[in-house]
Amino acid sequence: MYATSYHRASSVDEAVNLRSSHDEGRYLSGGMTLIATMKQRLAAPSDLIDLRHIAALKGITVDGHTVRIGGATPHADVASSAAVRAVCPAICELAAMIGDPHVRHMGTIGGSIANNDPAADYPAAMLALAATIITDRREIPAEEFFTGLFETALEEGELVTAVSFEAPEKAGYAKFRNPASRYAITGVFVAKAAGGVRVAVTGAGSNGVFRAETIEAALAADWSPESPKAASIDPADLMSDMHASAEYRANLVRVMAKRAVIAAG
Amino acid sequence: MGMEGIGARVARKEDKRFLTGKGRYTDDMVVPGMKFAAFVRSPHAHAKINGIDIEAARAMPGVIDVLEGRQLQADGIGNLICGWMIHSKDGTPMKMGAWRPLAIDIVRYVGDAVAIVVADSAGEARDAAEAVVVDYEELPAVTSAVAALQPGAPQIHPEAPGNLIFDWQIGDPAATDAAIAQAAHVTEIEILNNRLSPNPMEPRATLGIYDAAEDHFTCYTTSQNPHVARLVMSAFYNVAPENKLRVIAPDVGGGFGSKIYIYPEEIVCLWASKKTGVPVKWTSDRTEAFLTDAHGRDHVSKVKMAFDKDHRIIGLKVDTIANLGAYMSLFSSAVPTYLYATLLSGQYDIPAIHANVRTVYTTTVPVDAYRGAGRPEATYLLERTMEVAARELGLSPAELRRKNFIRSFPHQTPVIMNYDAGDYDASLNAALAAADWDGFAARRAEAESRGMKRGIGMSCYIEACGIAPSQAVGSLGAGVGLWESAEVRVNAVGTIEVLTGSHSHGQGHETTFAQLIADRLGVPIASVNIVHGDTDKVQMGMGTYGSRSGAVGMSAIVKALDKVEMKAKKIAAHLMEADESDIVIENGDVKVAGTDKSLPWFQVALAAYTAHNLPSGMEPGLKETAFYDPSNFTFPAGCYIAEVEIDPETGKTEIVQFVAADDFGNIINPLIVEGQVHGGLAQGIGQALLEEVRYDEQNGQLLTASYMDYAMPRADDLPSFTLSHQNTPCPGNPLGIKGCGEAGAIGSPPALINAITDAIGINHLHMPATPLKVWSALQDGQMRQAAE
Repeated sequence: MYATSYHRASSVDEAVNLRSSHDEGRYLSGGMTLIATMKQRLAAPSDLIDLRHIAALKGITVDGHTVRIGGATPHADVASSAAVRAVCPAICELAAMIGDPHVRHMGTIGGSIANNDPAADYPAAMLALAATIITDRREIPAEEFFTGLFETALEEGELVTAVSFEAPEKAGYAKFRNPASRYAITGVFVAKAAGGVRVAVTGAGSNGVFRAETIEAALAADWSPESPKAASIDPADLMSDMHASAEYRANLVRVMAKRAVIAAG
Repeated sequence: MGMEGIGARVARKEDKRFLTGKGRYTDDMVVPGMKFAAFVRSPHAHAKINGIDIEAARAMPGVIDVLEGRQLQADGIGNLICGWMIHSKDGTPMKMGAWRPLAIDIVRYVGDAVAIVVADSAGEARDAAEAVVVDYEELPAVTSAVAALQPGAPQIHPEAPGNLIFDWQIGDPAATDAAIAQAAHVTEIEILNNRLSPNPMEPRATLGIYDAAEDHFTCYTTSQNPHVARLVMSAFYNVAPENKLRVIAPDVGGGFGSKIYIYPEEIVCLWASKKTGVPVKWTSDRTEAFLTDAHGRDHVSKVKMAFDKDHRIIGLKVDTIANLGAYMSLFSSAVPTYLYATLLSGQYDIPAIHANVRTVYTTTVPVDAYRGAGRPEATYLLERTMEVAARELGLSPAELRRKNFIRSFPHQTPVIMNYDAGDYDASLNAALAAADWDGFAARRAEAESRGMKRGIGMSCYIEACGIAPSQAVGSLGAGVGLWESAEVRVNAVGTIEVLTGSHSHGQGHETTFAQLIADRLGVPIASVNIVHGDTDKVQMGMGTYGSRSGAVGMSAIVKALDKVEMKAKKIAAHLMEADESDIVIENGDVKVAGTDKSLPWFQVALAAYTAHNLPSGMEPGLKETAFYDPSNFTFPAGCYIAEVEIDPETGKTEIVQFVAADDFGNIINPLIVEGQVHGGLAQGIGQALLEEVRYDEQNGQLLTASYMDYAMPRADDLPSFTLSHQNTPCPGNPLGIKGCGEAGAIGSPPALINAITDAIGINHLHMPATPLKVWSALQDGQMRQAAE
């Protein structure tokens, strides 16, 4: 790791000000990717501005069917939230599947989606739930937030303060883990809401998280675990690496969609 | 046996310090004035060095010095060597290329060390290492042994034309060919044994300390054999004469073979300490460990197994190409030869065997012994072949094996080994019963009803442990003898120190060895200390690898104990005015048999040291040394059965049961033996399902340089193991021990691949059986079926 300066922000304003005064600074919201990358000397931020101690960024509120999760809320809190589980158990299940207990107590939802690792779990949920990403300066629909591999619509210094979404009628998540990293080789989040069926896929797309329209259409016609089976998924749009070929990932998209529907009930 | 004697399930004495974080590892060592090293390493697999510019690095904050290979060579430090001479079948000696501790003109793998930076902190050393400018001229890379043998492949060492190190054979080629020619059936198969990274929990580390006043060096290092390290660094690398070099291997967090060898870093840090005048510590990070720790396995083999009409094996022909990487590591030549091809008879009576082995340089990290070392390669090859043969012949896997088992001992194989004892039917029967093999068909049908593919497979392994009779290995090319030494030191108050040349890096010697003393003398293990890992404390030793510490290390302790006991009896007889032959030692007392005369153990010890009343002419003291040289290898054997379920939608394999039935000879501590088997199974299952070192074939970059891409087994990858023992005592050593450290890693891979290929109905599948590979095999099978 290269030398860096650590700052513990106590408010959103302080964090944003610190960030704007350090050109080479980075927000730290759990650091489950950033710290590991720094230890490998692949990232060298001059300053780290820690968001995990800002009270306003932490916590979960459920108002009717509207769920709001603070950006610095760790995965373990989401996994164990009875209020969320009552309206959208799928997001609790997803949070409980991220990494290991250490990661779930350090990593945060804001950190995860701002990093937008193409194999992270939360982006699939945000996209399938048509969530809104709330920042220190605006609200961004998930559809517009995730723009590519490790790319988001966030501007320089913009900070995710919370996410919010309407709990759907049904939702489920299934993922197939990379045998080495245990990240998703393919993870599929399905949601059935008043507005229709949305299916989002992480881990597989060559441009990051994406909606699988063919599976959405199949499930909209017939909400059944067997529906995704015949959906066409083009391997040309998928990643290929030593752990999974694009063809294998295309198969996994259909299989995980089936299992997500089963999980959704 | 007593509560703490031989055979007792005693919890490990050493675990309190390990589990409470009080272990003292090399990186925990802090000495006054200590500085930190970072190595400048090649980013290329193969390149010419046109120049090294260290000026900018030297000017960096905290930097004490930057040193390079030419200076090291000028100071007379020698090249690294392979200590086991192998001759090709044409009689020429193996062609060893120069391995300089710091490369001077050519780098030959990604991670090859080029220079060392010594600085006030590890971070400053790293920053400065990045500022060293090396002018590389890239040369073509070649990562697979088969490719390296092709005409026109990049030439890696001038000493080894065509990258061929040796072309060696064992057995009788004519008799084997004749057997194949007259066979009723020949099974042919190609076997790949995947390349593995050893991954001990503690990465390598070293601390070199030079004392100018005494002209003396101390080397703390993560070693499985500190005396061997001292010997090699003195005799071959010219670091310092043995009396001026102390090597200490304190607590070591696992080795699995990778810490047998002397690496460039130990040599360079010792030399750098003298050059800079400060103690120099280097600790590997995990990426460096992937890049520079010696890898294991990496064989490609073609096999022909010939059967007569009664399904008896009449001949076995093996042609193996082994990748030794960029340089010949310390024991690399022995692994694919005498530790491999000598085990190709397995548990079977095979009249004719011929194995040809070519070893090859590639632009990859050196390959050497890794848990099992040659024996897993032999077992995998044989047991995969037996499985395929059974399917071709229409026999059950157990029946084909039973038809060919060796049943009379001693048994001389056609490939050097002379098996002393065993009962292969016993382990096979126990494993079949434990696995409920006969009930498998019903379990498979039930799995099918859930859409799962269930398979079952077995492996009957044998290995050679207790390495090794010195004269025998000497005649085969070993540069060292493989005896062990021990000193049993009874203190004046009766407590005992045992100094052993074995080295514990997870094996639990501090408990097991103490149990032997407790068994013999009736003292509690709390009053016994095991001393190891320091060349200044322990007389001499050959270290721990090849499951040798029980069979060889403890045998040396037995010999020393015999001498101690004899002297103690003499003293006790004198004190109690009895005949020496009537003295017995029981429950911590020294007694005159058949009388009520008795002395507590400590009084006999005290008498030895007060020397007020010793038999006439006897020297004071109670301390004896012994060296033990084994008369033969030992031959642990067993039968493993794996049962798996494969999810055809994803290709993922779940191990639903795993049965291990082992013959380890006599067992000192069943708890520790079970732990050794569990650990070995985890690594064998890792090889079969998960682990594989992958290099980019074009540019030689290591693709699996972190746990993001190199898949280690985790708890949820493993089932609960069902273990049993069918022990036949080893006749070759005083305790009847065979060894248990490697069996799990040796026996398990073929059992798993046999089970998986059984489940998917395909004979050929190479390790690791990842979900991608199994799913792809299923797709290919479906396509083949559709085409037919």
